[in-house]
Amino acid sequence: MRPNTRLLQIAVHILFSVQLLSVNSAYAEAKQTINIAYFTQEQKVPPPLSNLDAFIPNKGILGSELAIDDNNTTGQFTGQKFVLKKIIVPLDGDVAEAFNKEVGDQFSHVVLNLPAELTNNIADLPAAKQKLLFDAATVDDALRNEQCRNNVLHLLPTRAMRADALAQYMMKKRWNKWFLVIGASEEDRLFAEAIKRAAKRFGMKIVEEKTWEHTYDARRTAQSDVAVFTQVDDDYDVLVVADEQGRFGEYLEYRTWNARPVIGTQGLVATSWHRTHEQWGAVQIQNRFKEQAGRWMEEQDYAAYLAVRAIGEATTRTKSNDVNTLKNYMLSAAFALQGYKGNPLSFRSWDGQLRQPVLLAAPRSMVAVAPIEGFLHPKTELDTLGYDQPESTCKWSK
Amino acid sequence: MKQNVFGLFLTMALTGAAQAETVFVTLEKDNALAVVDPVAGKLIKTVEIGQRPRGIAISPDNKFLYIAISDDNTIKIIDAETLKETGKLPSGEDPETFALNPAGDRLYVSNEDDSQVTVIDIKRKKAVKQIKVGVEPEGITVSPDNLWVASASETTNMVHWIDTKTNAIVENTLVDPRPRALSFTADSQQLWVTSEMAGTLMVLDAKTKQIIKNIKFDVQGVTADKIQPVGVVIDKDRRRGYVALGPANRVAVVNAQTFEVEKYLLVGQRVWNLAFSPDQKRLYTTNGTSNDISLIDLETQTVTKSVGVGTYPWGVAVKP
Repeated sequence: MRPNTRLLQIAVHILFSVQLLSVNSAYAEAKQTINIAYFTQEQKVPPPLSNLDAFIPNKGILGSELAIDDNNTTGQFTGQKFVLKKIIVPLDGDVAEAFNKEVGDQFSHVVLNLPAELTNNIADLPAAKQKLLFDAATVDDALRNEQCRNNVLHLLPTRAMRADALAQYMMKKRWNKWFLVIGASEEDRLFAEAIKRAAKRFGMKIVEEKTWEHTYDARRTAQSDVAVFTQVDDDYDVLVVADEQGRFGEYLEYRTWNARPVIGTQGLVATSWHRTHEQWGAVQIQNRFKEQAGRWMEEQDYAAYLAVRAIGEATTRTKSNDVNTLKNYMLSAAFALQGYKGNPLSFRSWDGQLRQPVLLAAPRSMVAVAPIEGFLHPKTELDTLGYDQPESTCKWSK
Repeated sequence: MKQNVFGLFLTMALTGAAQAETVFVTLEKDNALAVVDPVAGKLIKTVEIGQRPRGIAISPDNKFLYIAISDDNTIKIIDAETLKETGKLPSGEDPETFALNPAGDRLYVSNEDDSQVTVIDIKRKKAVKQIKVGVEPEGITVSPDNLWVASASETTNMVHWIDTKTNAIVENTLVDPRPRALSFTADSQQLWVTSEMAGTLMVLDAKTKQIIKNIKFDVQGVTADKIQPVGVVIDKDRRRGYVALGPANRVAVVNAQTFEVEKYLLVGQRVWNLAFSPDQKRLYTTNGTSNDISLIDLETQTVTKSVGVGTYPWGVAVKP
């Protein structure tokens, strides 16, 4: 029933579009074409941790596709045509070589979905100098601070923004004493650093800190492992876990020695997007995405969506396709991107980070949205999350 | 003491002057319609209406209510006296906002997920046309002279001007981000449009379709990102317009001649939609998260009362 209705609707759409195009001057002819590249590399399939979540190979791409459609719906009225070229470097391919060859001088706007190190390698290529790169994947604070690049804008909230969001919520709940559990990877260490920074900022106390050293296939042994592991001297209000790959964090909840909530990378998580998010028109984009992609929208999809929409919004407003014009506009106070989170989204002029509310979500319920009410800022409360201008060590000239 | 006597006198004066009007409020989360006597300041009753009711309008002859029942994918026709359902209109999926033409025989629905506006012939209860518009159309209104349907798309950031004779878009005006609601002045000369993201009200000239005035709201003690203008109404003499400012919990009073913001009235939380009393002496607001409506006396420009109605009051319509 449903696919048929949909087909019929599409047919009706096409009919009307064609009819209107032929008779109606309100649908402007494309006078300007904006070419956008989406650049990523194939990912290795990680070892499965459970049978629940299948590996999603195309995170990000589908978000950029939805945004291109949205841009073009607008473009039909403004005479602008948006074209997306997707470049996927094979697992064993040379990313820099592929960038030089495939992106070259044909594209000035590039959405990147690459790990932190590769992102900066690409940003430093001579071919990337006169481009505007949109980082839709990294969460590293270093890339917005000492390692920042003036040709890169960042879409996803950093670890510090996430940790601050969690800290605000814990402060509100008066969970003042934290037990920090850290995984073995470098990413886990960085997340733990962000948590420690947040604890200091908001006057919270880390009463215990331990590194997870038990097995990673804990399906059989978690019950005893976690109980022993969480028997600590100091009493704590909440267990904060740093396990970005999800190698053990899921096993903590319900198994701690004392009954305590779990928060961090598992349990209550801080994220830019979540399937339980439905306020501020989010239901609409969740529906549109699911209809097109056949799955829920992931964070990278949201980031890539915002990147392509930011390009659309800036080109529509400035009527320009010039990199510097667009960049200046995006970093100006006039730029306001609609991101289905109530507040308008904008870029921080000091490091190119997108300022945005951070969602605090449990697996099946949206618990809170940070900034939490009561955390004030003279300019915008969104800047209570992450590195504010006075703290930033990024030195880029616009 | 003196104040009390004055207050009592005022209440009596108001009661004396008021008609016996009825305010209808859709309750998005209660799946119900609240019926309020605004003069007595009382909730009279609440009736089940369908899953997730939002947009509401009353027919020009005040006999029927049209209510968008979002999760049932229909617009119900409700007898305004008996509150019984008398029919359904083919609204398309997930209807939220819609507009009636002045004659009351055409209804224009925004279909947010499909980026289109559906035109419904009310007598025949039939969809007669689908018009392709921008992404996520929401606010929609018909000019009192019945020349234009103005539709705002939230993600495309445009107002589309649809000719009512041909049902085709004739012109598009780029506006501030996430336009939410729009309303024509009674003389059809101006279209007022609110932008939720920019925190602005734009006044468009209906002849040139250009923005002639952009008003930025600024409430002391409220950060700019909380000021999210939604519903807008203008009185029939074009003396003042009123704008609901969402989570800023205020209604802005705008001088419709000078475009100065005269006042911000504190109402309930996340104020969303607005409706005048038939004599335009009062204004009613739906306050989404405080679950009430505020009654504003427009002669004194004060909020006189709030009436609890139920969960998530969304739309409001008034029957004389």
